[in-house]
Amino acid sequence: MLDNIRYIGHHTLSFIERIGMACCFLLKMTIRVPRKWWHWYTIIEQIYFLGVLSLVIILISGGFIGMVVALQGFHTLSDFGAQSELSRLIALSVFRELGPVVTALLFAGRAGSALTAEVGLMKTDNQLTSMEVMAVDPLSYVGFPRLIAGIIVVPLLTILFSATAIYAGYWVSVAWLGIDGGTFLSVMKSGVDFHDDVMQGIIKSIIFGLVIVYIAIYQGFYTQQSASGLGRAATKTVVFSSIAILGLDFLLTAFMLGA
Amino acid sequence: MRGHRVIDLVVGVFVITAVFVLFLLAFEASSIHDGGASGRYLVRADFDDIGSLMVKAPVRIAGVKIGEVVGVQLDNRTFKAHVTLALEDAHNTIPQDSAAGIMTEGLLGSKYIALSPGFSESYLHSGSIIETTHSAIILENLIGKFLFNGG
Repeated sequence: MLDNIRYIGHHTLSFIERIGMACCFLLKMTIRVPRKWWHWYTIIEQIYFLGVLSLVIILISGGFIGMVVALQGFHTLSDFGAQSELSRLIALSVFRELGPVVTALLFAGRAGSALTAEVGLMKTDNQLTSMEVMAVDPLSYVGFPRLIAGIIVVPLLTILFSATAIYAGYWVSVAWLGIDGGTFLSVMKSGVDFHDDVMQGIIKSIIFGLVIVYIAIYQGFYTQQSASGLGRAATKTVVFSSIAILGLDFLLTAFMLGA
Repeated sequence: MRGHRVIDLVVGVFVITAVFVLFLLAFEASSIHDGGASGRYLVRADFDDIGSLMVKAPVRIAGVKIGEVVGVQLDNRTFKAHVTLALEDAHNTIPQDSAAGIMTEGLLGSKYIALSPGFSESYLHSGSIIETTHSAIILENLIGKFLFNGG
């Protein structure tokens, strides 16, 4: 009996400890701004690894999502004789929800797991420890540039995703479903507001970028130093960041629509 | 750092393309409304029934958008709907005796306010009240009236 209570207490305490550790980690990472200019240079390198190399999957997915939203929307809207509103449906759902969320999920799978594996291997090889021995702060050399790169890259990928989705939606609607191209563009232009819709999605994606890279680096830094530990850390990154993205998306949407 | 020149170039192209596409989305795929109350003046109109009129619905004259609805409240004494309209400063020569009506875009579309200009020499200004208003035409009432009278 006493043992069971002690068990619960132990796990509660270690849970709280982990949350505290994670918060301190984020705080430290944002405070430790690199002093040497070549530390800043690694940001560009990371934009290449996280952003440019994710472009293919982002653009292809964007295209297919735009096309499928156009098809599904057309079938529902044509029941009401409101096919002309199809472009507004596509644009609003892509700008506000699908763009930021799907980009973030794909980014977590493509770049987040790779990031954890990279940092985790550094940890397993004791590279992080040797950096500390050489008086190089691993948080400012490894953590900070990746965090900044993530915050820059995810909104850019979201913009490109949304544009591709809308172009693909345009192509399906006009070439296949027989909607007039001019109507498509003018309905979209009048129905979508730049501040309310486009910027809302971009703000979301900035937060998603921060969260994904933060989770990835945290998992990398606290990997168990073994091959299976590395695999588990990469899995955790994808699982945790997916849950965080979808949960945060709900909270942010509720907050933005409420305000 | 010479070995990174290709990466620099690719990252540069990536960032510039994304920013360019953002501008494209801003100007081609969406419209930029100035969010604040700058450049607009507020007038009020009281309606018996506003139907499903909502905040941000457009205000039009002759079909051209000149402003939007910024507030809908219920007057607790007269039980009329106070609708606050924000009109653009560029349109400051709307006669005082103009009439406001609530119209529907298409058969099932959203509601908007149509102003029909009057003939007065004085113009609507900030804080003025539109006296002549026409309530929303509600389809159910119309059908009810038709059945009652026709039957």
